[in-house]
Amino acid sequence: MSANQGLSQNIKGESPRKRVSGLEASERRLAFFLIVPALILTVGLIFVPLVTTIVYSFYDANLARLNRANFVGLEHYVDFLGNNAFWASIGRTSYFTFVSVGIELILGIAIALLIEQKRKLFGWRFLRVAILIPWAVPTIVTGAMWRWIYAADYGALNGLLFQFGLIERYIPWLADSTRAMNLVIIADVWHSVPFVVLLISAALATLPSDLYEASSIDGASAWQQFTRITVPLLRPAILVVLVIRSVEAFRVFDLIYIMTRGGPVNGTMVISYLTYQKTFSDLKVGEGSALSFLVSAFTLVLAWVYVRLLYSKND
Amino acid sequence: MLSQLRYRIGRAFLYLCMIVLLFAIFAPLYWLFVSSISTRSELLNVPPHWFPHAPTLQNYLDILAPTDEASRASTNFRFALGNSVFVSSVVTVISLFFGSLAAYAFARLTFPFRKAGLYLYLSVRMLPAISLVIPLYIILRDASLLNSTTALILVYLSFTLPFVIYIMVTFFESIPRELEDAARVDGCSRVGLLWRIILPISAPGLVASGVFAFLLSWDEFFYALLFTSTPVAKTVPIALAEFTGRNATDYPAQSAAAMLALIPPVLLVLLFQRFIVSGLTSGAVKG
Repeated sequence: MSANQGLSQNIKGESPRKRVSGLEASERRLAFFLIVPALILTVGLIFVPLVTTIVYSFYDANLARLNRANFVGLEHYVDFLGNNAFWASIGRTSYFTFVSVGIELILGIAIALLIEQKRKLFGWRFLRVAILIPWAVPTIVTGAMWRWIYAADYGALNGLLFQFGLIERYIPWLADSTRAMNLVIIADVWHSVPFVVLLISAALATLPSDLYEASSIDGASAWQQFTRITVPLLRPAILVVLVIRSVEAFRVFDLIYIMTRGGPVNGTMVISYLTYQKTFSDLKVGEGSALSFLVSAFTLVLAWVYVRLLYSKND
Repeated sequence: MLSQLRYRIGRAFLYLCMIVLLFAIFAPLYWLFVSSISTRSELLNVPPHWFPHAPTLQNYLDILAPTDEASRASTNFRFALGNSVFVSSVVTVISLFFGSLAAYAFARLTFPFRKAGLYLYLSVRMLPAISLVIPLYIILRDASLLNSTTALILVYLSFTLPFVIYIMVTFFESIPRELEDAARVDGCSRVGLLWRIILPISAPGLVASGVFAFLLSWDEFFYALLFTSTPVAKTVPIALAEFTGRNATDYPAQSAAAMLALIPPVLLVLLFQRFIVSGLTSGAVKG
């Protein structure tokens, strides 16, 4: 009886609109409970520190005596933006980013094409798995390994070139400031190309094969197919790779730390290593914060572009 | 005839590329391995012995079962291995649990600021550690958590959580809604649905994001460099960097440590490569 009443009431009295909002309320409650733990961790570990960093950047804070910091406003920012060492460091970081990401993209696409091409080579399955290995090797191991390869006295690079008669005596590879940067780039390329290959070959696998068949019937050459079909269709994947890798490369730290420590003569003094030195060697928290905020501002702009380009079309 | 010749040349070129590529991948690792089983004096040869004449496991023994003669960096390395395994495993479990809960909410439920929240998590991935490290250092110092694995676990969650959420949202979105509706009709509660239907189906996604969380934690260097100072909390990357002394580097010992440091992540990637490829690409190339 009562159940019946409830049912009839439901049909007559409640509007569908109200029932939906009741469901919505329960969904909101559930969503709240599901998200809260992750949210607390994120706010505590990311947003609070981020805001604090911005606040510190307006003070002449020192790590040894944080309580006696004076407000200096935009002084640090003004100082940095008119400072040659800062711009030189930004220049070096941009060089690192531009060159290493550029090489990684070109090599990555080439290797992905090699793996995914239709006439399968003997051993391509092995290659496909092997290519992942450098990416799995931890960054610090990568850096330590390449530093040892470049070692002046007994390194493998010297040994190899010497044995083939390409050099007459051993060369202290990392002792030259411009060369050092390029050698760090090689280590970064070795470590990061697999990631590019992974994303590009996944995108290649989704390309429609009938397009290629149709175009070869029309007499298109392999190069024409590559530039007219493959590259345009790969554009979204290339974009993802470019942005993810650029953001990562712009904040390179581990490789620099283990391989060169910013030297020689500041030749590899990238922006994150400069920030690290300012903050934890010179203890200048205020200046370090301003620097790190500038770094994040740059990477966040990139992140924003990334999110916009990728997710605006879909939703 | 000519076309066959061209075909053969083309193939030869491709094989050449493949050989160069395999050399580029494995030669550095081979050199690392050779160094790890060489004695210090053998490494001093010019040109180097590409195959060690007197291979030894001493460098590994110095790390795994150190005697008094082993260097401090070698002796302490096994503690670092323990710390890294502990930190990375705990981080993986916690971020998988809370991350997949949050991801489910983002993928399936309607609530205010859903999209804004998701965007926020995506951009967080791009935030450099350097912009958070100073306040985190001060907070951890004031909470007397510096130089503890607890501090590392907490801090590592800040980048593994967004990553797990990022991958799992795409996974949950790919599960057909009809499946859930059917279970709802059969009287399954929302939470029961999550546990009994959604989680089992998303196992590949969970494996992928779990492996990623582990790899990211294992690889992490910057926070560990600043937040740890003794073998109680130092992780593998920090302990590895310590083989590099002020003046000289103990290369054979460092190579052995490096081999030990790369074995767990390489094994993980090789074992789970299918999941990793699908997880990474579904998360990143969406659109």
